[in-house]
Amino acid sequence: MKTIFEKSVPGQSTVQLPKSDVPEIKINSLIPSAYQRKKLNLPVVSKINVVRHYTKLSQRNFGVDQGFYPLGSCTMKYNPRINEDMAALPGFCYPHPLADDKDAQGGLEIYYELEQYLKEITGFDAVVLQPAAGAHGEATGAMLMKAYFENRKEKRTKMLIPDAAHGTNPASSSLCGFESITIKSNAEGGIDLKDLEKHMDKETVGLMLTNPNTLGLFERNIKKVAKIIHKKGGLLYCDGANMNPMLGVTRPGDQGFDLIQLNLHKSFSTPHGGGGPGSGPVGVNKKLIPFIPTPIIKKRKNGFYYRDYSPQKSIGKVRAFMGNFGVIVKAYTYIRSLGSNGLRRAGQHSVLNANYIRVKLMPHYHLAYNRICMHESVFSDKKQQKYDVSTLDIAKRLLDYGYHAPTIYFPMIVHGAIMIEPNETESKSTIDGFIDAMIQIAKESKENPELVKSAPNNMPITRVNELKAARDPNLKWEE
Amino acid sequence: MDFVPASKKEEKEMLKTIGISSLNSLFKDVPKEFLLKKDLKIPKGLSELELSKKVSSIAAKNKIYETSFRGAGAYRHFIPSVVHHLTMRSEFYTAYTPYQAERSQGMLQSIYEFQTMICRLTGMDLANASMYDGASALAEAALMATRISDRKEILLSETVHPDYQKTVGTYCHANSVKINKLPSKNGIIELKDLKKLVTDKTGGVLIQNPNFFGSFEKIKEIAKIVHDKGAILVVSVIEPTSLALLKAPGKLGADIVVGDGQSFGIPVSFGGPYVGFMATKTKYIRRIPGRLVGMTEDTKGRRAFVLTLQAREQHIRREKATSNICTNSALCALAVLIYLATMGDKLKEVAKLSMSKAHYLAKNLNKVSEISLFNKKPFYNEFIIKVKNSKSVLSKLKKNNIEGGVDLGKYYPKFKDHLLFCATEINTREEMDKVIKILSRS
Amino acid sequence: MSKPNPKELFYTKEHEWVKINQDTAILGVTDHAQELLTDLVFVELPKIGQEIKQDKSFAIVESVKSVSDVYAPISGKIIEINQALNDEPGLINQDAFNKGWIAKIKISNKKELDKLMNSKKYTEYCKKEEH
Repeated sequence: MKTIFEKSVPGQSTVQLPKSDVPEIKINSLIPSAYQRKKLNLPVVSKINVVRHYTKLSQRNFGVDQGFYPLGSCTMKYNPRINEDMAALPGFCYPHPLADDKDAQGGLEIYYELEQYLKEITGFDAVVLQPAAGAHGEATGAMLMKAYFENRKEKRTKMLIPDAAHGTNPASSSLCGFESITIKSNAEGGIDLKDLEKHMDKETVGLMLTNPNTLGLFERNIKKVAKIIHKKGGLLYCDGANMNPMLGVTRPGDQGFDLIQLNLHKSFSTPHGGGGPGSGPVGVNKKLIPFIPTPIIKKRKNGFYYRDYSPQKSIGKVRAFMGNFGVIVKAYTYIRSLGSNGLRRAGQHSVLNANYIRVKLMPHYHLAYNRICMHESVFSDKKQQKYDVSTLDIAKRLLDYGYHAPTIYFPMIVHGAIMIEPNETESKSTIDGFIDAMIQIAKESKENPELVKSAPNNMPITRVNELKAARDPNLKWEE
Repeated sequence: MDFVPASKKEEKEMLKTIGISSLNSLFKDVPKEFLLKKDLKIPKGLSELELSKKVSSIAAKNKIYETSFRGAGAYRHFIPSVVHHLTMRSEFYTAYTPYQAERSQGMLQSIYEFQTMICRLTGMDLANASMYDGASALAEAALMATRISDRKEILLSETVHPDYQKTVGTYCHANSVKINKLPSKNGIIELKDLKKLVTDKTGGVLIQNPNFFGSFEKIKEIAKIVHDKGAILVVSVIEPTSLALLKAPGKLGADIVVGDGQSFGIPVSFGGPYVGFMATKTKYIRRIPGRLVGMTEDTKGRRAFVLTLQAREQHIRREKATSNICTNSALCALAVLIYLATMGDKLKEVAKLSMSKAHYLAKNLNKVSEISLFNKKPFYNEFIIKVKNSKSVLSKLKKNNIEGGVDLGKYYPKFKDHLLFCATEINTREEMDKVIKILSRS
Repeated sequence: MSKPNPKELFYTKEHEWVKINQDTAILGVTDHAQELLTDLVFVELPKIGQEIKQDKSFAIVESVKSVSDVYAPISGKIIEINQALNDEPGLINQDAFNKGWIAKIKISNKKELDKLMNSKKYTEYCKKEEH
């Protein structure tokens, strides 16, 4: 499809701005010629053509509203419309981030109350809403751990990370200058305790553990894991990307974790926006509170909310202002909508749906770990390989059936992984439809592998030439 | 109200298929002692009707100022209606990151167009798909500069937004990068100071333009000094409407240009979500953090877009990635793109209007006794005034339902009783005359 | 199927090869390696004059979905690099043992060669690794 730049018609009528009611500045006297822009090379497109262009582009995209989106570890649940309406209220859109506390009582209340709810849901002593995404929360968490040990004058330089972890974990740990040490998984898909014990020492910060892990499995040995880490004075970090199945059922703060990051755009229903914005709150236990980013939102006895910039040991700021407020309003609205019962139902049904898929697909696809799973299960293309059909082919064929593909080739410890996360907001009939499609694809792989290998066939485009894109990068439009 | 559609009957059927009898048995892997015995202390769920009333009542506790002169990294500009309507197309906003290219051409092409817009405005070769916000983008640029130059020190101008400075400080501390501060004189960087402070240990020099005080830095002259020492020049643009009038920083010698796109179609919303951008030169293509979308073709030779050069990113390169960023601010980037596509060359008018209004206000405030304009150098749409008592000025305005500028005392001790005012095309002469009138009455 | 591993070269377990010519040596990755890597899109070459150490990374090869370090089979000082790879990283895929060479070094310690495999051993090693 043509780009917006190709649709530009210089001179076309576009937007109208009000006439100036003040004397116009003399640019030449304020900006030296060498510093002036001579040409503003932006497209000139009439309004209706702008609307049609981006409407057409939207039609070449696919979201939760368009169909089932079983993308593993991403928790693509229904994004309630009411959340959007609330975040768009003028009372929330207009306040300036540097508004006086007195003028921003509503905004501060949302921050404060959401922090209380998230503390209760996760079992931690404090929650900070500043980070803008999951990985941003992870980095903040790693910085908090660094600050904690610096304050104790302990030099710790290594971070333990399971081989099944999200890539963001080692990358976040590198951001703090820690060396990432990979810990093996055991035959059951959990942490190899021996390997963990071998590597955990007094030069090690701790362990970044996703629980349930990226195989969708709850770490049964969590108590032992916590003990190994804490015995050596380390900290146990929870990557809370997979918090959804635990909602109202169990709390990481009770399980021995010292801190967590949450992904409001996963477990708490805020839309993912085609790649963001998200929000990555961090929850910590008491010993890490002195280091959390400022400002800290507090409430006086008389109910007045205010921002406290005073903590001296704080790591500082990880972004300009207090948080992705719009996203925070949506998560607040979501929690108020569900309440305690609804949260538990969400957690339970996300696990019910995942296990239903696990059992139904087991005869047709190789299941990497045959155990009860939490919110997702991981299959592979092992059974289809003999027909020369790969995970990628299966994923692309699913697009033809009107579904988004699962997460593929992750976690890396499962060769050809197909990671399926249905979430609780999908109905049985939707899930049955998906299961039928998966079974059909398994059948096609056997009977007509070419059909699967050439997929997708009814998308706006066929498979793309990624090699050309990477060898000869074209990253912007040039006339 | 929850969003679980399953009926009791369906629930039973599914449990039976799995071979268990109750929802609780799904959690047998969780040690018993960790299973919650009680309900969470969270208020009972609300119906949509109750919810809407409840949340609206909280929103109503925020004071909405029809007239505001507060900027400092969050700017009120006119937002054409189409921006909201188009970004709220659910095909965009309920989608995840465009990993399945064939089903995500809409978002991929949008990002490609966004990258192009950012390149055109900044004068750089390539731009990424967005960052969280301007401050974190600047912090990432600082780290990128240290990696390119292989030097562990940066020079940070005090004319950079203080919250941005703080963010850079947090990131650099974590990464063991030393920060040296670059002072200013008359509200801009003095080239003499810069010459003294850039050494062959300096990896990157971080400046902002227009700077936090509203004034223009001499980027071209700065770039020469920075490059002479083999350092990287990072220019931060947090009021990007200024780029409609200013020569692109890339054409003046910047190596990395970052900033915040909030001015382009995103409401100030109490601080977020906004959208950071980052652009650089081709030779640093493998050093830039974040996603990149490239144009290529499908198996039938048709134009297609795809995430590319992903080997730099965390999901492949893990601990050696250029950054840990994954989720960025895609939907806000889309808003920026649609804003720019809608405004086109009219962006120049936005910039001219904003600048003209700020100058009108500054000139007339300067005439008020007990108020003096701090900026001795040309400025864009923000300026600092020195007043006798900043608190009383702000409260006088507040009484008249006007939100005055930012009190700089809390950021810079030397700027006690200094206010940073901002004006944009939104502000009318009437509003400004009112401010002048109120402050003229002593 | 990989191309045969030339007899005159020595090999590492990380699938690099080295060709000795008196005091200098040419380094590259094996054909088996390029098959595992798939089509390369970029090669980060070392700098001339750079000292490299046995078993330490001296170059990076990037494909669409992976990035790998290239480890030095032996220590030495870089005296020449294969500039052609800048424009055509695929040379490694086409001709890993000749046109796809990565760098030429001045050898600092010939004894290090003892650690490496000859072509026969390397071919067996690759076979074993596949199973």
